[in-house]
Amino acid sequence: MSAAAAWARAATLVAGFVFLYAPIVVLAVMSFNASRLVSVWGGFSTKWYAALLQNAQLLHSAKISLAAALASAAIATVLGLLAAVALARFGGFRSRLLFFGAVHAPLVLPEVVLGLALLTCFVALGVGRGFVTLVIGHVTLTMCFMTVALLAALRDCDPTLEEAAMDLGATPPEAFARVALPQLAPAIVTAFLLAFTLSLDDLVIASFATGPGATTLPMRIYSQVRLGVSPQINAISTLLLALVAVSLGLAALVSYWRTGRNLRVPKTASHSPDKAP
Amino acid sequence: MSAPLLSIANVSKTFGAVVALENVSLDVGAGEFFALLGPSGCGKTTLMRCIAGFETPDAGAIILNGADLSGVPPFRRPVNMMFQSYALFPHIDVFENIAFGLRRQGETKVAINTRVDELLAMTQLSSYGHRRIGELSGGQKQRVALARALAPRPKMLLLDEPLGALDRKLREETQFQLKEIQRLTQTSFVIVTHDQDEALALADRIAVMRAGRVEQVAGPMEIYDRPATRFVAGFVGETNFIEGRLARNAGAALITEFGPIPCDPGDVPDGARATLSMRPERIGVAQGGEGIVGFVENFVFRGETTLLRVRVAENVVLRAAAGHGERHAIGDAVRLRFPSDAGALLAEEK
Repeated sequence: MSAAAAWARAATLVAGFVFLYAPIVVLAVMSFNASRLVSVWGGFSTKWYAALLQNAQLLHSAKISLAAALASAAIATVLGLLAAVALARFGGFRSRLLFFGAVHAPLVLPEVVLGLALLTCFVALGVGRGFVTLVIGHVTLTMCFMTVALLAALRDCDPTLEEAAMDLGATPPEAFARVALPQLAPAIVTAFLLAFTLSLDDLVIASFATGPGATTLPMRIYSQVRLGVSPQINAISTLLLALVAVSLGLAALVSYWRTGRNLRVPKTASHSPDKAP
Repeated sequence: MSAPLLSIANVSKTFGAVVALENVSLDVGAGEFFALLGPSGCGKTTLMRCIAGFETPDAGAIILNGADLSGVPPFRRPVNMMFQSYALFPHIDVFENIAFGLRRQGETKVAINTRVDELLAMTQLSSYGHRRIGELSGGQKQRVALARALAPRPKMLLLDEPLGALDRKLREETQFQLKEIQRLTQTSFVIVTHDQDEALALADRIAVMRAGRVEQVAGPMEIYDRPATRFVAGFVGETNFIEGRLARNAGAALITEFGPIPCDPGDVPDGARATLSMRPERIGVAQGGEGIVGFVENFVFRGETTLLRVRVAENVVLRAAAGHGERHAIGDAVRLRFPSDAGALLAEEK
């Protein structure tokens, strides 16, 4: 490869990264800016992070967001797993196609429409909006992603393994728990983290589904930005970013660890059953 | 044979419009090595899955050890299955795979360790207990699958194409191992295979299946020497089908367009059209003397024998196996002799 081609490749890579991540880097850098003005670099400072700790409103919203993300991700993962099992293992039951479509629909449904529908529904049923409705809204949004991810994982998981387990005396639920579930575990963890981040950064659904007293962090940030960008917002956004990065990193690590373990070259295997897992 | 261990009576099964099993009846004795042989799609795997409990027959009964198995789920049947794909659990090691069935039975830790060690030794895997499934070769996986299915001491072991995934050389070696293990464990083995050599080599008795029906149940030698139907004769081993009309007078013979061939008439009526199935190696080939005259059209060296294609009439070519060391050239005139007990006479199929 000529030097020019190598240079062009490197340049393309850099341009791509700049295009994707420069705004985020600018945001993160500005959160350490001592000056109030985005356009002026006033030296390095962590004072906005310190100020953040004093900002009760922002901290409260952060707590709401985290709690809602954890709760909705847990519920969506369980429901998604059940839906995926139904679709992958129950054969061609009646209304399977309808169910399949219904589960996937929110993937393409405009979020605004989904949010408005939720709001209409809550109002019509006379449900007071707050934390619970926020969680319900986020479960509706994220469950379809969970189902898609877990369905793919379940399809890679050979059903004859469960038959073999049943043949050896395991009841069907036991066969699923002992044979299918361990193989699905990495996919479940990944799906959970995906649901967590989806819920954490959702603005549209939250705006419709939540009520006073349960304002999420993205909602708070959005409303404050309209009044002018405070460097505190940069700081909290950077923290949010870090949290998402950590969860995605964890998800990657889980799948890496999983494949790594299966490919690991064995030590000279000596037999001692007591150490068997 | 005393009361059979497994008794299959009039079992039928359809999948939509496809008839997988049609009125199948079979008995398998205790400690017997039984083979279900047939081409793919003949229903042999469906029958095995019915025995294991993964399919429910539409009609008929499967009785094991005097107990009707209908309605008994797979996890309560004293029958284990070795899957064609082995279906080993990839997330646990060899030891735990073999121990899986024992743990479900609630055996003590000591009993499990003893039993698994015993099976590891039997399958020559003693140093592999801690290996993960992904780290095993095909032959080792096959042995783990066998050990896992045998571990809970099933009354009957079902083997679905157990040697299908092995290469030729390993397959022969494994056939001997399998037979030895069956002899040691005194367990009934029911093997499903499409490979006639495998069935002939392994089984005490063979059921040849075709399109959901059992064509013949008999020992390997009888299946080979006395096939009951044209399908069995053609599916198991190589054969010549010689068509003719039976003449019962003065030592029964099949009258063909190239001469009479002596044969055992069985219950075929005099003068009826019939087909004689004649294995190539049962036809005597000589340069001269008595016999039907034919011309060598072609030959294939097979090692222990040389397979000749001999034209005996305008439109009849027979395959005959010449012994080792006999040399024939294309165009040679040969004499073919047919011992009267060599063929199996098959009545015209209705």
